[in-house]
Amino acid sequence: MSAPAMGTTKTAHSDVAPKKKRGPGALATAYLVIYNVVMTAGWLVIAVGLVRAYLARGSYHGLYYSIEKPLKFFQTGALLEVSGIVPSSVVLTGFQVLSRVFLTWAVTHSVREVQNEDSVLLFVSAWTITEIIRYSFYTFSLLNHLPYLVKWARYTFFLVLYPMGVTGELLTVYAALPYVQKTGLYSVTLPNKYNFSFDYHTFLILTMVSYIPLFPQLYFHMMRQRKKVLCHVEEYKTE
Amino acid sequence: MSRTTFFERNIGRTRNIGRITVEVLDGRTRQQLCFLDKVEPHATIGEIKSLFHKSYQQLYPARQDLKLDPKGKSLRDDDVLQNLPVGTTATIYFKDLGPQVGWTMVFLAEYLGPLFIYLLFYFRAPYIYSHQDVFTSSPYSVVTLACACHTCHYIKRLIEAIFVHRFSHGTMPLRTIVRNCVYYWAFSAWLAFYINHPLYTPPSYGDMQVNYALAIFVLCELGNFSIHVALNNLKAEGGPKCRRFPHPTKNPFTWLFFFVSCPNYTYEVGAWASFSVMTQCLPVALFTFLAFIQMTIWAKGKHKTYSREFKDYPQLRMPIIPLLL
Repeated sequence: MSAPAMGTTKTAHSDVAPKKKRGPGALATAYLVIYNVVMTAGWLVIAVGLVRAYLARGSYHGLYYSIEKPLKFFQTGALLEVSGIVPSSVVLTGFQVLSRVFLTWAVTHSVREVQNEDSVLLFVSAWTITEIIRYSFYTFSLLNHLPYLVKWARYTFFLVLYPMGVTGELLTVYAALPYVQKTGLYSVTLPNKYNFSFDYHTFLILTMVSYIPLFPQLYFHMMRQRKKVLCHVEEYKTE
Repeated sequence: MSRTTFFERNIGRTRNIGRITVEVLDGRTRQQLCFLDKVEPHATIGEIKSLFHKSYQQLYPARQDLKLDPKGKSLRDDDVLQNLPVGTTATIYFKDLGPQVGWTMVFLAEYLGPLFIYLLFYFRAPYIYSHQDVFTSSPYSVVTLACACHTCHYIKRLIEAIFVHRFSHGTMPLRTIVRNCVYYWAFSAWLAFYINHPLYTPPSYGDMQVNYALAIFVLCELGNFSIHVALNNLKAEGGPKCRRFPHPTKNPFTWLFFFVSCPNYTYEVGAWASFSVMTQCLPVALFTFLAFIQMTIWAKGKHKTYSREFKDYPQLRMPIIPLLL
């Protein structure tokens, strides 16, 4: 899903509380700063790549190919966040990252026919803007110099970007369905030696259905975080 | 008040056994829910719960979670009021654990489901497979054998749940049961679907594979049953106060206690592993794997508890797999 990682709950609380939180040690902090700077830079590269490709071609169509490689690299790189070194909920972060990686590799990469769809551009743009803000938020937070603008952006932009990303993702999966069914991609049928079957087409449909209970939960969670973080700003303004 | 020591103050207290006033507050809202005047100091928490139940009909004792500190540990039913760090007024915090179900009912629900669901698939009830396969039977003997094994496994579990097991806690929350039942029922449906499918492929090594796997399955089931009986006898002899850990007995199946803390789990994994081999069915193997992970977690916990509680606990024993895990 395209929402910013939920795992910032603890970081968000650290914005609210003026006292120093029990953060990671010096070495871990250095590692995290480098990681977040690299990720910010990576997503900026993707953003720039999209803009340049658009200006060169003059249309929104087929921009995926211009940023395919960095997208795969940096989105997959987010798996490192699930390592547990980052002070966030492993379950929520893990779930987010896995769903993004799933969409990148198991849908967009695997089903070539959807790569030209506008829905791909929709979720890629949503992810790009979200991640640039999110990683710069982490970077600044770790350095204890968080500009209010970044914090505000991180807790406000999701209001539009999250639904935008989810729409793009769902439309892409939906577009992939006929091709998956036709080619039997990633599917196993009976009879076989191990008496097992898997229908990727049905699996994708179930994935789409799972958005119904999950998306509202994550969205409202972020809204609650927003209220908590931004409404305390008058009392605890950071520099 | 003169400067008496804590000791002196409390000596006076135990000699002068007065009644205790108990107030029960809601753990979250701190609202007073119940006020019990003149409670006997030797009353137990269980009795407090019964008294509380009188005021709140729906909140039977099993649903009540009582604590002295809202963030602290729950009080046990057999804790005695005067042995707790309370003064003449005890403030107890209450939390509603939600509807509870007795363990026996839990197991009945969890085991009857898979038992009947598997049979539905075995007899190929309508709407599962294609229309022409309704109520047909498989030409393979291994399919009938698998049905017998699966059915006997769950009948055994039901018998144990009703006649053998003695449970330490009385109940389980309703939400947990629903979750567990969904898991057991869905998984047994999934594996029954493949084993009884018209396109089922029998094991690659034929009868040899089936027979060896069957033998191991039967041995593991007997082993598992022996362990449950042994554990039960341990509880029966000792009672709740006398804590002992299980030992090997004359029954050869219990000799696994030399090597593992929880041989019942070992045998359970063995039974399901042999069932996977017997049916050569990947979903069964997956179920076995997940069960193995869960039981390993439980076994490790139990092993740690034993090791901490008994200083003479045998060093050789591993939690679930001899010499390894």
